[in-house]
Amino acid sequence: MHFFDFKRIIRSGVLNFWRNGFVSLSSVLVMTITIGVITSMIFFQAILGFTLGELEKKVDVSVYFVSDTQEEKIFSLKEKVESIPEVKEIAYVSAGQALEDFRERHKDDYATIQALEELNENPLGASLLISAVDPANYESISNFFEQGIALSATDLSIIDKVNYNENKQVIDRLLLLKDGAKKLGLILTIVLIAISVIITFNTIRLTIYVARDEIGVMRLVGSENSYINGPFMMEGVLYGLISALINIVVYFPVTWWLGSRLEGFLGINLLTYYLSNFFQILVISVLVGTALGSFSSYLAVKKYLRK
Amino acid sequence: MIEFEQVSKIYDNKFVALEDVSFVIEDGEFVSIVGHSGAGKTTITRLLLGEEKPTNGSVYLDSIDVARLSSSKIVSLRRRIGTVFQDYKLLPSRTAYENIAFAMEVAGKTDEEIANDVPHVLDLVDLTDKTDHFPRQLSGGEKQRLAIARAIINQPDLIIADEPTGNLDPVNTHEIIQILKKINDLGTTVILTTHDPNIVESIGKRVITFEGGTIKRDVKKGKYII
Repeated sequence: MHFFDFKRIIRSGVLNFWRNGFVSLSSVLVMTITIGVITSMIFFQAILGFTLGELEKKVDVSVYFVSDTQEEKIFSLKEKVESIPEVKEIAYVSAGQALEDFRERHKDDYATIQALEELNENPLGASLLISAVDPANYESISNFFEQGIALSATDLSIIDKVNYNENKQVIDRLLLLKDGAKKLGLILTIVLIAISVIITFNTIRLTIYVARDEIGVMRLVGSENSYINGPFMMEGVLYGLISALINIVVYFPVTWWLGSRLEGFLGINLLTYYLSNFFQILVISVLVGTALGSFSSYLAVKKYLRK
Repeated sequence: MIEFEQVSKIYDNKFVALEDVSFVIEDGEFVSIVGHSGAGKTTITRLLLGEEKPTNGSVYLDSIDVARLSSSKIVSLRRRIGTVFQDYKLLPSRTAYENIAFAMEVAGKTDEEIANDVPHVLDLVDLTDKTDHFPRQLSGGEKQRLAIARAIINQPDLIIADEPTGNLDPVNTHEIIQILKKINDLGTTVILTTHDPNIVESIGKRVITFEGGTIKRDVKKGKYII
């Protein structure tokens, strides 16, 4: 194809877009909704991932040690625990720190503090807070302590209790919730995207159906298929480009308005997320829009070129 | 030279459009193909343009067997033929100027050639003042003159006019026929299909009469006699 053919295809596509006014407007509107759905799904997946991650962080297995256990023994056990691949993070809370935390938590509860003062000694033992790479690993980490595999008699003698069983129900429920939410989110995303893509494709197919006689005339005059297809694909690219830009602009006020209102609930500010991922969202919107527009046009025109 | 050699065309629904048809059209001839609706006139033009393939026999254009051409070669062949139809077949979303420019663009002409030739041909068919009009803003006669301007812009070897006056009043019909005759006088072969006896008689050139898919009569200076 010559350069001037390419130039003419672009010019003709832009001109058709402009002259088809109402048809172009409706295609842009439908595609704006499609790209809106796709970018909303990106937001949705990000928020879902973030919220589930935050929830996961709140879960851990605490190993409490008997009072007066020497720190060296705890540290040697900590080293062993650190070697378990399922363990993501392990924090040591000394008996003194545990007491301080307790006082801080109950600072308004005079009776409890009073009772603590009367003891004259620290009733709390040191503990290890273990978080797992995956919540599914908590059971095996807990078993590590309870069944005493790879632990010496000294190690076992210093362990007072492991609180996994107390939290087991919550952890199991969280695991179910996480898997369910992820699956539901993915299905919802796929279904919504598929529906909007099909609607867009059919809208573009209709705009080209209107022009089917024109395609026949172009063939009759001796036009090559690429020269017929080109301007329609260019129109599709324009639908996508304009729709993507509308989305990008509209997301500013929308995320700004929702950002502060939903931050407490979601744990993430939508405007901050949008701004920090602006470039990726822009690229995805433009790519999805132009690819969907041009490919839909190509397929729709191809049908009339075969005849 | 155009040659139909024992051509038959039977459509899928078993309708026999042409049956064992043979004729030759020399370069520079003006041939009217006449007959009632369904006689096979339009099938002749569709076979020449490569829109249909014959069921039997061959259609030659300058010794090229049209049915054997690949789709890309058909495209080049169509650029050598100017076409004029009863329903004009103009591009509705393009202006008069752009309709003609489009035919030049597909023929690979440069922007300069287009800017030079289009106003000239619009003047030839008396449409200079309608340059920026869309087909919907033109009368039937004007649309047909525009279609003729598009057909001749690339100086084709052959003009096929399929019932070009079917939708026109007598004044516009006369005008269109005069333009076609002028084009023929300049050396271009013209094939005109029609069922209007007055037109055939006013031209006074070769007439091939079709009936039921076969040639009934082929006379050098003919009249339309059924």
